[in-house]
Amino acid sequence: MEQPYAIEMLNITKRFPGIVANDNISLQLKKGEIHALLGENGAGKSTLMSVLFGLYQPEEGIIKKDGKEVKIQNPNDANDLGIGMVHQHFKLVECFTVLDNIILGVEPNKAGFLKKNEARKKVLELSEKYGLAIDPDALIEDITVGMQQRTEILKMLYRDNEILIFDEPTAVLTPQEISELMQIMKNLAAEGKSILFISHKLAEIMEVADRCTVIRKGRYIGTVETAKTSMEELSAMMVGRNVNFHVEKDEEKLGDEVLSIENMTVASKIHKNNAVKNVSLKIRAGEIVCIAGIDGNGQTEFVHGLTGLEPLVSGKITMCGKDITKASIRERSVMGMSHIPEDRHKHGLVLDYTLEDNLVLQRYFEPEFTSKAGFLKRKNIRQYATKLIEQYDVRSGQGPVTIARSMSGGNQQKAIIAREVDRNPELLVAVQPTRGLDVGAIEYIHKQLIAQRDAGKAVLLVSLELDEVMDVPDRILVMYEGEIVGEFDPKKTTQEELGLYMSGAKRNEVAVS
Amino acid sequence: MKKLLKNSGVQSFIASLICIVIGMFVGFLFLLAIEPSGAGEAILAVAKNFFAYSRRATQLKYLGSTLVKTAPLLMCSLSVLFSYKVGLFNIGAAGQYVMGACACLYAAIMLGWGWLPCMILAAVAGGVYGAITGLLKAYANVNEVISGIMLNWIGLYFTNMVLSQAKDASSAYTYPLQNKGPKAILPSLGLTSVFGDNKYVGIAIPLAVIFAILVWVLLEKTKLGYELKATGFNKNAAKYCGMAEKRNVILSLVISGVLAGLAGSFMYQTDMEQWQVTIASVPGMGFNGIAAAFLGGLNPIGAIFSSFFIQHITDGGSNVDLSIYCSQISDLISSLIIYLCGFVAFIKYAMNTGIAKSEEKKAAKAVAEKGGDK
Repeated sequence: MEQPYAIEMLNITKRFPGIVANDNISLQLKKGEIHALLGENGAGKSTLMSVLFGLYQPEEGIIKKDGKEVKIQNPNDANDLGIGMVHQHFKLVECFTVLDNIILGVEPNKAGFLKKNEARKKVLELSEKYGLAIDPDALIEDITVGMQQRTEILKMLYRDNEILIFDEPTAVLTPQEISELMQIMKNLAAEGKSILFISHKLAEIMEVADRCTVIRKGRYIGTVETAKTSMEELSAMMVGRNVNFHVEKDEEKLGDEVLSIENMTVASKIHKNNAVKNVSLKIRAGEIVCIAGIDGNGQTEFVHGLTGLEPLVSGKITMCGKDITKASIRERSVMGMSHIPEDRHKHGLVLDYTLEDNLVLQRYFEPEFTSKAGFLKRKNIRQYATKLIEQYDVRSGQGPVTIARSMSGGNQQKAIIAREVDRNPELLVAVQPTRGLDVGAIEYIHKQLIAQRDAGKAVLLVSLELDEVMDVPDRILVMYEGEIVGEFDPKKTTQEELGLYMSGAKRNEVAVS
Repeated sequence: MKKLLKNSGVQSFIASLICIVIGMFVGFLFLLAIEPSGAGEAILAVAKNFFAYSRRATQLKYLGSTLVKTAPLLMCSLSVLFSYKVGLFNIGAAGQYVMGACACLYAAIMLGWGWLPCMILAAVAGGVYGAITGLLKAYANVNEVISGIMLNWIGLYFTNMVLSQAKDASSAYTYPLQNKGPKAILPSLGLTSVFGDNKYVGIAIPLAVIFAILVWVLLEKTKLGYELKATGFNKNAAKYCGMAEKRNVILSLVISGVLAGLAGSFMYQTDMEQWQVTIASVPGMGFNGIAAAFLGGLNPIGAIFSSFFIQHITDGGSNVDLSIYCSQISDLISSLIIYLCGFVAFIKYAMNTGIAKSEEKKAAKAVAEKGGDK
């Protein structure tokens, strides 16, 4: 007989009205192994984990711990069974110290009085044993994202959890922090902890995991040993077809200067300092310039300043030779600035509008779509929408009259891209255009960006994904704490070098090219 | 059949009917609890309203009375649903209605204006009052519900103060228009004779229906409606694509205010009722407009029918036998029904989840049967 599994989820089926989120999925986690759970967004990973945590009850299937069937009715049951999870978005109290956060909910006490010294001793022991460097007395809001994550891991260890789940843990980390985390995970596994690692980043899975279970569209595809497989095979399992990882493009043909930003400063909405400090850059027709950086280093505010969503504190923006510093959003848009926004639900779409109404969101006021008397020309809108849907392969249940809310994330994004690209802009500002999308959609979107560049347009890409930063642009600018700290040629740099700049470890004075 | 049930309009209609039935039933329970013997008769009286009269001419006359009050109610419900479509809850419709009434009565009695100028002034007054809420919302981010409620009270006492000049010292009511401002009475268009010589029936009724259609056209067919609704659904997206989202907020409350102001005109320029300057609560017309808007599925055409229904049971409530029940019973029953009319959205939601569940079961069953065949 084989060694007993730490946790087994057998033939789990979970239905929601209208969809089967998990269809007969099995997942077996061995003791002391690192097991990856791979799948695209919407494949059913989160549902499966919610079942494991007792947040959902499956219609069919059983869960076994150490070979014995268990019922998990709620998260407390999961905790009692030694299951712990580091969520993608940390669940920490910002104004508490690291130590307070670790003991939160299981505070050692005597007659209601806290006994923090005991806790401190245990935390420091654990921290040393697993190489999790933390400062127990620092406030969460003052420490780096990496240390916050280590705090989350210590939270699980402090509760003597045996089964540790990491939900997309690398999304917020720099390359250096990622390799540290990989080491920590290996240490934990060596000490006998069982780790479930949820990710859609193939390279990380290949590096750290022993085995990998792949699910697609709610179905179980298979479990493979990473030593005996390849990234290509995993991605084909995940997407259901072969995917070209490498972005192919010709040499750039530079044209005239399209955008020039001089000393742009934008205020922050969160804190009193400026989020963007004195940024200058120039973009010419026929090139893709990428702003790289870790989330929250001023990229959002930079884009809002550029597109007119937020006013500038100071600085000057010139587009195609005209000063647009004071121009309204509509004026910038009509002059040829397209904007694929960071948050497609917040800014990009009116979710309760139909697809066709969303497709004319930037053009509805043009004579083609509105008569002089102010009536919408519904027939023209339908025609135009149908054309875009066909041309950009936007898939939806009922075509132009589908409510945008009911469409998949990838197709919502395709609709936005169709709308913004089809306006034939001089400058395309694309902010994290592939966020949360599957490999197939990412490939498509990258092709669209490159097609714009090859058509002699200027493209400004803002991205957090290092693969995208390395593959797509012609020039990389790294933003750190609201400043441009380095400029790179993607052909001559490495992810590691970028990482050093993104984390603020190195910086150059950049000459504006 | 299934397809029909999934249609949003059909759903709204069925949900409204369910609400009405539940409302009647709960009202009936109340009547039973107070005095079982007369309950059946009383609830029938509420439902029947003018049908309770046997003579056809009398029926028509009372139908006319219901219609006269339906017109302002419809305008209030249009006011509420219009702003609701734009993502604003215009509880201030009640105050805008009061300001409309104030403006047209003052112009009619004190200035001796004709009916059309009075009506336009009422619309302007309501619009200006709505603009205050809109400006506060757009530039100071004051919640429109809070400022609406405050402005309702301010409007009420302002009106009481202003109209105190337009009355006889011995009476709490303003002068009837037929004595002191006959030019301001809305023309009857010959409708009076159709409704059993009910002299209050007039142009307000067809005008209100026309406004309902106009609101529908504005919302569904025009660029302005497209912009306003986009702002209501997602003001970030509206800003992103360059719409003037602040202007849209103000404009939609101005239009709402105009509709509610006209309601004031349609009510008081019929001369059916006079303004009571000692009144210490905001008239319920604006608030009933909220119920009518929801019962009508937030559709301007639906609002025509829901407004009529609400006015119908409100008038019917006054036919309850007061020798058995106390005089508040009519208001209690009609307000119970109106209250339950607010549950249309909830019933619709329940219907949708019900349909989805039954479909899912069928699908699961089909899969199971297929498996069995193998």
